[in-house]
Amino acid sequence: TVMAAPVTNDQSWFFALALGVSFLKCLLINAYHSTDFEVHRNWLALTHSLPAAQWYYEATSEWTLDYPPLFAWFEYGLSHIARFFDKEMLVVQNLNYASPATILFQRLSVIVADVVFFYAVKECCKCLREDKGKYLLGKPSFILTVLLLWNFGLIIVDHIHFQYNGFLFGVLLLSIARHFQNRHFEGALLFSILLNLKHIYLYIAPAYGIYLLRCFCFTQSNIYASPESRINKLSIDLPQVLSRLFPFKRGLCHAYWAPNIWALYNIADKAFSILGVKFKLLDINKLPKASMTGGLVQEFQHSVLPSVSPLATLVCTVLSILPALFRIWHRPNGARGFLRCLVICALGSFMFGWHVHEKAILMAILPLSLLAVESREDARIFLILSITGHYSLFPLLFTTQELPIKILLLLLFTIFSLTSLKTLFRSGGALLNPLEATYLLGLIPLELICEFVYPLTVWQKTFPFLPLMLTSIYCALGVTYAFIRLYISLLTCSDSTKKIKTQ
Amino acid sequence: MENWSLFSLCVLLGLTSRWAVSFHSYSGAGKPPMFGDYEAQRHWQEVTYNLPVHEWYFNTTNNDLNYWGLDYPPLTAYHSLVCAYVAKLLNPEWVELHASRGYESHSHKLFMRATVLFTDILIYIPAVLLYCFYFCDGFSKQKVATALCILLYPGLILIDYGHFQYNSVSLGLALWGILGLGLGWDLFGSLAFTLALNYKQMELYHSLPFFCYLLGKCIKQGLIGRGFFQLAKISLTVLVTFALCWMPFLSDPKQPLQVLHRLFPFGRGLFEDKVANTWCSLNVLIKIKTLLSRETQLFLSFALTLLFILPSSLKLLSKPNLWQFKLALVNSSLAFFLFSFQVHEKSILLAAFMLPLLVKDGLLLPYVVTSLAFLFLSLYLLSHLTRTNEPLFWYFPFLVISVATFVWLEPPAKFPDLFPVLVSILSFLHFLGFIIYFNLVQLMEPQRKKSQKKTN
Repeated sequence: TVMAAPVTNDQSWFFALALGVSFLKCLLINAYHSTDFEVHRNWLALTHSLPAAQWYYEATSEWTLDYPPLFAWFEYGLSHIARFFDKEMLVVQNLNYASPATILFQRLSVIVADVVFFYAVKECCKCLREDKGKYLLGKPSFILTVLLLWNFGLIIVDHIHFQYNGFLFGVLLLSIARHFQNRHFEGALLFSILLNLKHIYLYIAPAYGIYLLRCFCFTQSNIYASPESRINKLSIDLPQVLSRLFPFKRGLCHAYWAPNIWALYNIADKAFSILGVKFKLLDINKLPKASMTGGLVQEFQHSVLPSVSPLATLVCTVLSILPALFRIWHRPNGARGFLRCLVICALGSFMFGWHVHEKAILMAILPLSLLAVESREDARIFLILSITGHYSLFPLLFTTQELPIKILLLLLFTIFSLTSLKTLFRSGGALLNPLEATYLLGLIPLELICEFVYPLTVWQKTFPFLPLMLTSIYCALGVTYAFIRLYISLLTCSDSTKKIKTQ
Repeated sequence: MENWSLFSLCVLLGLTSRWAVSFHSYSGAGKPPMFGDYEAQRHWQEVTYNLPVHEWYFNTTNNDLNYWGLDYPPLTAYHSLVCAYVAKLLNPEWVELHASRGYESHSHKLFMRATVLFTDILIYIPAVLLYCFYFCDGFSKQKVATALCILLYPGLILIDYGHFQYNSVSLGLALWGILGLGLGWDLFGSLAFTLALNYKQMELYHSLPFFCYLLGKCIKQGLIGRGFFQLAKISLTVLVTFALCWMPFLSDPKQPLQVLHRLFPFGRGLFEDKVANTWCSLNVLIKIKTLLSRETQLFLSFALTLLFILPSSLKLLSKPNLWQFKLALVNSSLAFFLFSFQVHEKSILLAAFMLPLLVKDGLLLPYVVTSLAFLFLSLYLLSHLTRTNEPLFWYFPFLVISVATFVWLEPPAKFPDLFPVLVSILSFLHFLGFIIYFNLVQLMEPQRKKSQKKTN
C-alpha cells in the first residue's frame, strides 16, 4: 500500500528527523563523558582567561591546546556564553570541574553546533542525482538524511564521549555539497576553514588539491591559497602551534588500537616474537620490553619485524592514495569522482597513518553515505565499512551504564541502513554476498565474547587487552576489504557523460 | 521497507529512550530517612527474601510497616522475591535485613533499572506490538506510527524508568488480557487480567469492563447452553488464578484480611497530596475533607463512582463488542480516577499533569524532552497519516506555556501551593470533559465506517 505523502509538506520530515535526534541527544546529557569533556572545558578556560599569544604555551592542565587557531577562537566565543551558566568552569586552575551547569552548557553547545551539520545535510540532499521514490521511506534523500543525521558514530562520539565532530563534519559536507553544486570557490574556502578548525582533515587535503588543480586553471590557484593564508595571519607563533598540533612523540597506535594496518602489524610482530621464543629462534632477554599492550601512548620497538617510524607511515599513506590521485588527475569524474577519491584518502590515511584514533573512521563513513544512496556497489561498501567501523567504536564507551545504549543505537542504525539500502537497490539480487553477511554476523559473537563472556573468565586479569585486540583485528579485516573494493570501483568506473562546467 | 524492520526500529527507539531516561535521578534519591518509591521496591526485596511469607504484610519487630510496608497484592511480592534472589547473587549487601536500609550505589541503581527493563521487554512491549499489529485499523504505516507513539508515551517511561515503579508489568498483563479477549481467547484473556489484578490493585479500574464484556458475551451465546458453560470456564479460571496467587495466605483467615487492609487503606482519607480528581478540586472551594465524616466520604465516593460507571457498563453488557469494550475501559478508569477513594496522581499516568511529582524527583529534563518529543511526534504523525488538520495544534503551545509558568514563576507567598493546585484543577476539568465525551460516544455510537469489523 502506498502511503500518501502530501506534496505541500515536502520538507517537514527533515525537520521531524532533526528534532527527533536532537531530543535523543538531550536525553543523553547525563550519560558518561570521557576526558575530552575536561579537555574542552580547559580550552574554554584558557581562551577566556589568557591573551591569544599565550594559548599555545599554557600547560597547567595536561590537556594542552592541540587544535588549530580557528577552533581556539570558536572556544573563545563559546566561553562568553559559558559565563551565564557557571563562571567557575572558566578558571584554568579548576581542573576536572564538572558541575551540572557545566555539563548542561557543554552538552548543549554540541547539540546547538550540530545545526551546521543539519544545514549541510539538507544541502547534500539537494545534490542527489535523482530523488524519486514510491513513498517517503524509499526516497534517497530521506535515507541519506537518516544515515547522516542519525549516524551512530556521530551520536556516540559527540554526545556521549564528547566532541564537536557534528559541527566539523557539517563544514566538510557543506564544502562537498558546494563542489557538487559547482560553487567551487565556496567549497575551497570552507575546506580551508575546516583545516583551521581541526588539522586531522589534512588526511583528505590531497583529494582537494588534485581535484581543484586539475579542474581549474592554474592561474586561479592563487585565489584558493589566499583564504588559507589570511586565516593563518592570527599572530600566533607557528612552530609552537605546530609542535602542539602534531605530537609525534605519541606512539604508533592510539590507546584503543584503531583497526588499521599497524594493529595487524603489531599483532604479527607479537605473534612472531612469541613463536620465535617458543622455537628457540630468539633469545627472550634480547627482546625489548614492549608495553604496547597497556593503555599508555609511548614509542616502542618492535621485536621481530622492522620498527615503524612516523616517516615510514607517511610514505605508506602517500603510496596508498597515490593511484587514486593519479586516476582523478587523468580522468576526473566530476564531483562524484572527487568524492570517491576523498573517501579513499580518508581511508588510506586511517589505514596507514601514525597514531590514528578510531574516531577517524567517521571521516570515511560520512562522505561515503552520499555515494551509497546512488550506486549499488557503493551501498555495499558502505554497509561493510559503516557496520564494522561503528562496531570498532564500542571500546570508547566501556561503562556498564552505556552498554545497552550503544548496542541499541548500533542495532537501530544497522537495521535501518540494511533494510533501506536493500529496498532502494532491490533490483539485481542481494546486496551482500554470503561471505560478507557472515562476516558482519560474526560481530555478534565477538561482542558477546568480549563484553559478556570474557570479563567473567580468569584471563581478564592476566590479559586485559585481549578483547581490544580481538575487536581491532576483526574490524581491520572489514576496513581493509572495504578499502580494496573502493579502490577497485574507482579504478574501473567509466567516465561520467557530464562534463564539468568551468566558471 | 518491510513491516518487521519498521516495528523493530520502533522498539529500539522505545528502549533507547527508556534506558536514557534511567540515567537520571529516581524518587527519593539521597533523601533520608524515608527516601522514595525506589527505596520502597528495594525494601520489599529485602522483606520478601529474609522473612517468611506470613510476616510479609504484618507489623512485626522485623517488619516495620510504617517504613514502606507492602501495599500491593501478592504477585508484586513474588516479583520482588525473584529480584531479591538475583540481587543476592550480585551483591548480598543490597538485601541485608535492616542493614540495607537506604542503600544507594551506582551498581545498585543499574541493577534496579535493569529489572524494570527486563520485565518491560518480557511483558509490555510484545503486548503493544501485537496490539498494534492485530487491532489497529489502517494500513501498515499507521500501525507502525501507533506503535511508536505508544512506545514513546512519556508517562509510563518517566514513572517506570525515572521515578521508579513497575507499571509496565500490570499494564502489560492487562494489555495481554485485552488482546486475549480481542482474539477470542476468553480464558487466556481472563487469566492475564486476573494476574494483572493480582499485581496491582489499581487494575480494578479496568475490571468492570472485563466483567461486563465477558458476561454480556456469555449471555448472548445463551445462558442455558454454550453461554453457561463458557461462563463456568471463565469463572473457574479466575478463581483458580486467585487461589494460586493467594495460596500462601489462605492458611489463616487473618492473613487475607490483613492483606486487603494493606491494599485498601480506607483509614488514610479521601485524598493525599494534589491529585487531579473531583475531591481534591472540590476541596479548594468546600473543605469536604474536614466537613464530612469518614463514613460519609466513603459512601459519597462509592456512590458517585458507581453512578458514573453504570451507564457505560450496562451498555457494554447489552452490546459486547470490542469497540464498546475499549471505550468502556476508558470510561471506567476515568470514573474511578475522578471519584474513588485515596487516589494517587500516578493512577492516571498522564504526563502533562504529573509535573510537580517529577520535578520533586529531579526529573525535569527528561520530562520536558520526552513530553515535547511525544507531543510533537503524535501531532505530526496524526496530521500526516489521517490528513486532517486537528485543532489540537493550539494545545501544544498552551501546554508549553503552562509548564513554563510552573517552572519559572514564583508563586505568591500567601498561596505557596498555587501552581500545583491550578495544574490539578485544570487537569480535573480536562478529565471531566473526557469522561462526558467518551460516555456520549459509547452510548450514542455516532456514524462509524468500520463498525462491522469490530463486532465479535
